[in-house]
Amino acid sequence: MPGHDPGPARVLARGLAVRHASRLAWALTAVDLVVEPGERVLVTGASGAGKSTLFAALAGLLDPEAAEVTGELLVDGRPPHEARDRLGLLMQDPDAQLVMTRAGDDVAFGLENAGLPPAEIWPRVDAALADVGWRHGRDRPTQALSGGEKQRLVLAGALARRPGLLLLDEPTAQLDPPGAELVRDAVARAVVARGTTLLVVDHDAAPWLPLVDRVVEVRDGGLVEHPAGWRPAPRAAGLLLPPAPPPALDPAPRSSIRFPDQWASTSTNGGEGEGSWIRFPDPRPVVLASEGAGFSYRGTTTPALAPTDVALAAGRVTAVTGPNGTGKSTLALLLAGLRAPTTGSVLAADELAVRGERRPHRWRAGDLVTRIGTVFQQPEHQFLTGRLRDELELGPLRSGSGSATARARAEELLERLGLAPFADVNPYTLSGGQQRRLSVATALATAPRVLVLDEPTFGQDAATWRELVTLLAEQRAAGCAVCTVTHDRDLVDVLADASVDLGAAP
Amino acid sequence: MSVQDRTVGTTRWRTVDIVTTAVLGVAFGVVFIVWNVVNSAVALVPPVSGIMNGVYLLPGVVAGLLVRKPGAATFASTLAAAVSLLASPYGGIIVVYGVVQGLGGELGFALTRYRSFGWVTAVLAGITAGLSTSVLDMTIYYPAVGFWSVKVPYTALTVVSSVLVAGVLGLLLVRALARTGALSAFASGRSRV
Amino acid sequence: MTASLALGPTPDVPLSRINPCAQILAAVVVSLVLLATLDVVTPAVVVAAELCLLPAAGLTHPRTLLLRTWPLLLGAGTLAVVNLVLGDAGVLGALGIALRVVGLALPGVLLVASTDPVRLADALTVHWRFPPRVAVGSLAALRLVPLLVTEFETVRLARRTRGVEAGRNPVARARLVAGVAFTLLVGAVRRAGRLATAMDARGFDSGIRRTNARGSVLHARDHVFVAAAVVVAAAAVTTSVLAGTWAPLFVGG
Repeated sequence: MPGHDPGPARVLARGLAVRHASRLAWALTAVDLVVEPGERVLVTGASGAGKSTLFAALAGLLDPEAAEVTGELLVDGRPPHEARDRLGLLMQDPDAQLVMTRAGDDVAFGLENAGLPPAEIWPRVDAALADVGWRHGRDRPTQALSGGEKQRLVLAGALARRPGLLLLDEPTAQLDPPGAELVRDAVARAVVARGTTLLVVDHDAAPWLPLVDRVVEVRDGGLVEHPAGWRPAPRAAGLLLPPAPPPALDPAPRSSIRFPDQWASTSTNGGEGEGSWIRFPDPRPVVLASEGAGFSYRGTTTPALAPTDVALAAGRVTAVTGPNGTGKSTLALLLAGLRAPTTGSVLAADELAVRGERRPHRWRAGDLVTRIGTVFQQPEHQFLTGRLRDELELGPLRSGSGSATARARAEELLERLGLAPFADVNPYTLSGGQQRRLSVATALATAPRVLVLDEPTFGQDAATWRELVTLLAEQRAAGCAVCTVTHDRDLVDVLADASVDLGAAP
Repeated sequence: MSVQDRTVGTTRWRTVDIVTTAVLGVAFGVVFIVWNVVNSAVALVPPVSGIMNGVYLLPGVVAGLLVRKPGAATFASTLAAAVSLLASPYGGIIVVYGVVQGLGGELGFALTRYRSFGWVTAVLAGITAGLSTSVLDMTIYYPAVGFWSVKVPYTALTVVSSVLVAGVLGLLLVRALARTGALSAFASGRSRV
Repeated sequence: MTASLALGPTPDVPLSRINPCAQILAAVVVSLVLLATLDVVTPAVVVAAELCLLPAAGLTHPRTLLLRTWPLLLGAGTLAVVNLVLGDAGVLGALGIALRVVGLALPGVLLVASTDPVRLADALTVHWRFPPRVAVGSLAALRLVPLLVTEFETVRLARRTRGVEAGRNPVARARLVAGVAFTLLVGAVRRAGRLATAMDARGFDSGIRRTNARGSVLHARDHVFVAAAVVVAAAAVTTSVLAGTWAPLFVGG
């Protein structure tokens, strides 16, 4: 590997079939694929279709004891595990790919492994960093980097080894739109500079289209080649959602939450004298609202969240959008009663108050759970038990329901969310989409009046996306107040009745 | 002894062995930093303070039970001690402690020839680790106290703590980790749910 | 607890010009002498010499110093009291034991204040043939520590959303912390697996002999540093013998 550069690699798969040891069905059956040197190919398909299996096979990551492989698979004429030094990988989680604490050191890591002397290492490090458009220099601490920058650095580390084939597995799945943009830009630059063969595996095809020559899709265990000019169907195509509850017909019931005069002018309700409680064209009772709520960490001068007003009305979906760093997740934590605002206040309506206390962060966890359900970005953070069924029963039990009620509720949710076959399985062993559905289900188990979700559609494929959107619409129809923090424009377009943009000028 | 508890793997260290052992060491090092503060106060009462020592022996025994390779216990224990050095009351000597404690645990695994990783081995490793650390403590920190009045009870309590915390709790921890599917790359993670 | 785990780049203090290997060797020399005796004069001399190095490690400000060493002082004080009350060493003996603890611990404090893990790993692998894969594996794991710390808070909050919270009850608190710690451990072990895959993809398990891109160099001043440590050790022993307080300790006796 070290000295010379043999140029871009050729990939050949003929009748490739893979079966995982723990499953009966074949993940891939009879895959035929030829990728010429220098070509750029996108491999797309739904989650679970076999894309990751194909990636693992190409990258030489399949454990011979854990998977049965038949057929032919060659990278530059050799089986993948022999051709590993010709491969450059970029995977989803940047923190599970970076090794060193300084940028330059991390890029040098791969070259140290190749046994190169320092005099040869550093020029190649600089060249690789330049090829991905790195602007920070070698000494930048990796901890201070954003997700997109980290992925860019990982790419540089792969490039430094002069691979013939770049294999990317959903590299933007855990990044926000600017970060994803950064990574795609870096990949484009790298491929132009080096002419490497490129193979991107991603369920989200649209953003990669400008960058690739061909698109193939994994379907039913085989590959389908899409014609030039193919476009994926929009996620929301043909999606039928239950409608939002209608505005109250009689004059809207007085909510116990009052807001300053400035809101009166934004409502079309004619405006009440002392301030209206609504921001929407149609009046619905507000159940939870933040009045100038802001948050600063102790000892810092700039607030993590600037004072913000948000009103969550029953039967409406409110989206919170804005660039990173404006405090979207912090706002979600404040609304969910997990953090106390350092300025302003977050108040619930009287009917939600616990013994007169209207501030959610003062409620006991058992009371909070029946009023506000929260879904975190990473489902795994919210897993507590070793069985899916127990996860669903936990919330109701913790809030005082009897075990019979809890069990019934869990059964109901298992059916509704299609998780019944997995009822006794450990939550950690579920797929990403299943984990996401489980985390939403556990929040719903206690029938809360408010639902707060932090990036619920993050990294989900089209099928799970549609399910989640339908689920949220159903909650809305049932009168729940839904608030989602998101940078997913499709979600906002399809579902949101109102939106708060934290990045907009006041 | 269940199938899960017996192993006939190679002794060559794969990358995943190295990184997982290192991560265990580092994670427990953070735990040590917190536990050190708690311990400083309790150290006022030496025979009884032996009961706190089990925690320090956890990384070695857990690493040995999880990774199942010679040297895992020593590596994890030493690294945990080194990490705790970053905010430790006891300074550089703590690394020597880490090595000795790790070797102590290692002895327990060696006694079952690195072939069995169930309750017997866990308890054995707990005993040997506990003994090693109390001998070290007696030499360095409590040389002047009475033998029968303090040293023996201290050793006994340390060994008990080590067996309960490092041995029993350690094995339960490894089994719980296995059930989450996080140990699929290891022999300790295969077979029963 | 300080230094945010000292993962940052090497601080720019005079002591950082000394190679970490030299510092460790000096510490070993001095520790051997400290361990060999139970009197009060030997550790006093050694501690005095170590204290002189504190300014060279940038630890001059009394507040920073206290912040880094308060657990040490507390521990040493506790030990002195214990040995005094429960043992037969007398006041001087107890003081000697406390000083011994301080003497053993200070080199560690100095090392942490004057180097960073990468530089330490480089020095160990280049000069002392420390297995490079073990060193790099440790560095990779160490990099994950700040992530664990931030995740702790997230997971704790996540538990509140599931109705699990500790009030005042210390037992409930302990169970909550244990639960959070377990979640973090699962995440860490899984991440370790993925990291291992990524490292292998960059040739970590290729079997080729690793080189070190940064290298580590030993200068004359490093040898001088170790020699000075030997001198200090010798001086301590001599002073102690001359003062008649030399009390060698036989392990097991």
